[in-house]
Amino acid sequence: MPGNMVTSEFLVNVDHERCRRCKRCILNCGFGVFDFQNMTTADSSKCVACHRCVVFCPEEAITITRNPLAFREHSSWDVDKRKAIWKQAQSPGMILTGMGNDLPWLNVFDHLLIDACQVTNPSIDPLREPMELRTYLGRKPDSLKVERDDGKFKLDSKVANNIKLDIPIMFSGMSYGSVSLNTHRALAIAAEELGTVMNTGEGGLHKELYPYRDHIIVQCASGRFGVHSEYLNAGVAVEIKVGQGAKPGIGGHLPGEKIGREVSSTRMIPQGTDALSPAPHHDIYSIEDLRQLIYALKEATGYKPVSVKIATVHNVAAIASGIARAGADIIYLDGFRGGTGAAPAVIRDHVGIPLEIALAVVDKQLRSEGIRNWVSIIAAGGIRSSADVVKAIALGADAVGIGTAALIAMGCRLCQKCYTGNCSWGIATQRPELTGRLDPDWGAERLINLVNSWSLEVKEVLGALGVNAVESLRGNRERLRALGLDESTMDILDVKPAGR
Amino acid sequence: MSKLAFGDQYSTWKVDTSKVPAACGLSGVISEDGNRMSGEIIIESMRVIHDRGNGLGGGFAGYGIYPQNAGHHAMHIMFEDEAGKAACEAMLAEELEVASAEEIPTAPSAAIVNPPLLWRYFALPRGEKVKASGLADDDFMVRLVMKINTTVPGTFVFSSGKNMGVFKAVGFAEDVGAFYRLGEYQAYTWIGHGRFPTNTPGWWGGAHPFNILDWAVVHNGEISSYGINKRYLEMFGYECTLLTDTEVMAYLFDLLIRKHGLPMEIACKVLAAPFWKDIDADEDVDEKELYESLRMVYASALVNGPFAVIVGYSRGMLGLNDRIKLRPLIAATKDDLLYVSSEESAIRQICPKPDRVWAPNAGQPVIGQLKGDV
Repeated sequence: MPGNMVTSEFLVNVDHERCRRCKRCILNCGFGVFDFQNMTTADSSKCVACHRCVVFCPEEAITITRNPLAFREHSSWDVDKRKAIWKQAQSPGMILTGMGNDLPWLNVFDHLLIDACQVTNPSIDPLREPMELRTYLGRKPDSLKVERDDGKFKLDSKVANNIKLDIPIMFSGMSYGSVSLNTHRALAIAAEELGTVMNTGEGGLHKELYPYRDHIIVQCASGRFGVHSEYLNAGVAVEIKVGQGAKPGIGGHLPGEKIGREVSSTRMIPQGTDALSPAPHHDIYSIEDLRQLIYALKEATGYKPVSVKIATVHNVAAIASGIARAGADIIYLDGFRGGTGAAPAVIRDHVGIPLEIALAVVDKQLRSEGIRNWVSIIAAGGIRSSADVVKAIALGADAVGIGTAALIAMGCRLCQKCYTGNCSWGIATQRPELTGRLDPDWGAERLINLVNSWSLEVKEVLGALGVNAVESLRGNRERLRALGLDESTMDILDVKPAGR
Repeated sequence: MSKLAFGDQYSTWKVDTSKVPAACGLSGVISEDGNRMSGEIIIESMRVIHDRGNGLGGGFAGYGIYPQNAGHHAMHIMFEDEAGKAACEAMLAEELEVASAEEIPTAPSAAIVNPPLLWRYFALPRGEKVKASGLADDDFMVRLVMKINTTVPGTFVFSSGKNMGVFKAVGFAEDVGAFYRLGEYQAYTWIGHGRFPTNTPGWWGGAHPFNILDWAVVHNGEISSYGINKRYLEMFGYECTLLTDTEVMAYLFDLLIRKHGLPMEIACKVLAAPFWKDIDADEDVDEKELYESLRMVYASALVNGPFAVIVGYSRGMLGLNDRIKLRPLIAATKDDLLYVSSEESAIRQICPKPDRVWAPNAGQPVIGQLKGDV
């Protein structure tokens, strides 16, 4: 009987006329595709199309193509479904995957168009006029009291601690363990340089990164990995991770292979054990329990802002309202396209709702209850470009989080094999020979370049919209129009169709 | 067939919340000593900037015009027909003590086509109704005005303050002033407006000033941040039902000053917020914290995009530009008089030799205040 019925997804071809037999490809491939027996050979079945070999081959001798093997077409039984069945029939278990939902669900962002000024109001030139992106995250009072005192005005109220961001873009939580320490280093350096924050994810924070505390949000998830009082105070805010867009309803998964000495000491768990976060927080079985944890964390941190991260699920608006009323200062919405280091494909691809819709209903719900000022909203899980940033803010986000985009900036090819720990780019791996490949300074520079580019683009759009501060875009759905969305989706988004 | 004055827009402004771009000409004058001036002065000023309007809306507000009824809300109401008037009067009788009612005197002319019924009522809220509502008097009145304007067909309350009144119509400002016989009123503050809407036939209610209680706002500009300003106001119970940006401006003043108790100067710093670079450079730590906090808390009340606005209120008059001065605004003083206008010509027409003329900087309010009682 055949051992493996799943055919290779990609074919690796080495042009032996060009190949100088330098063996760089063998060294570079994290998945063990290449071998050398008189000449370079390739085992295509192991290839994930991460392109590391292609980029590093000095002779451009390697090509990777999609396996053209023909399957009899069937519109219901697409090849991926057949392959999944072969895999599970061969070895029982859930099919694991990495990164975000890759199914072609409707992308609402791609059906939203942005307005611009013509004649009746002037556009503003961002090259010549100030264009402000500064954003404060956290609870704000509904009003301020200002007294007139001796001809001077004096503030007679206090605003709670807020996180000041120079740009409305932050780095989403990606845990140390799931990604390498060098990845965390690059994110921290870039966050500091950009005047924004990185989120630790649920794996604690390596002591070496404590000096970046003004640019870090520390996460506290159901596994409580690496959570201790010094850690809780090693950032500007604490985030309670209830859910993640890629895997709503289940906890984080980190295979034991990725848990070496440093990860073990940071996470405070034994080396080599699987780090499986419980699906729920076992001290949060209801909203009143969440309130207790929020206030416990506030007490532990001298009342720093507390963020609550949830996956966008069907009833997200009511859940968000509950979170705001439970005392959270920030609600972090992670859409169903959000990335992950490891998740069952069935969850990643089929559970949750799009960020755009969740964001729209949460913002609307909080406004209808008059409590929008109580919390800031961060939108993440599906932000791919500066256009998405603009649209998310117009739908009601205070800021956005980027994870996948940040990894792509540092070399990630979206091969979706993070859970194997073999990342050839040194990002989603703990193998020392691989992690050394990502130079944190190089990575940081690329992150800074990317985010600065997006900031420039956001400013350009603000100028075209005739506003010079990002708060005039925030929640301003009047400046969006829908093209090709159905009536009920437009109604939910509170966005008019193009032409109206 | 409804009258042209309300026209097809009538059905639209009750349901559609989209806005209509409009450019305009403005003028205002206040006597800080409280000396009353005939309405002729503001008509004369507006006449010079005729070309800033296109005949699709003109209007005025005067403060101090009803000294005999100073304690009552002067409700100026336009009715499309007798049925609307009857329905509205029934509601008024239920909610208010109406001391007197009369038709607003007009001088019909060819320049003003198809006027609606124009009436004014001097009234006070019924104590027991206010008590039952659990609201303060002013909030009760705001809610009543919004209720009439959104639920009573063919009815529009266009003025509801005390000892002040708004007069507006479809037409050029100077024709509107003559139509309402403004020369027969004496006010210590006058503001005027000529409208240039770009894609509406114009309707009487959409002309400026826009009024809510004591506030009368004339406005030249298009609010690029309208969508969020409107949604912000909705959180505090304001319903933006008109087709103009101006009501947003009026409600923001009402919210910030009357409800939140912010000083006028500070409200201006919310609407036309100083830039972060200037706040960051402020060496006065307290002031820096004040402005930083204002921008944090009132981010959604920042009015972005071009505007010049003149706001009348019982104790004063304000002129304000957007934060980068994208619309014209000129100010001048002469003795106890402060003038603010879109154009210097409109000031010089009624004050040929001002003591001082200047162009206020972006976001810097010009405020004239009554020195004593009037």
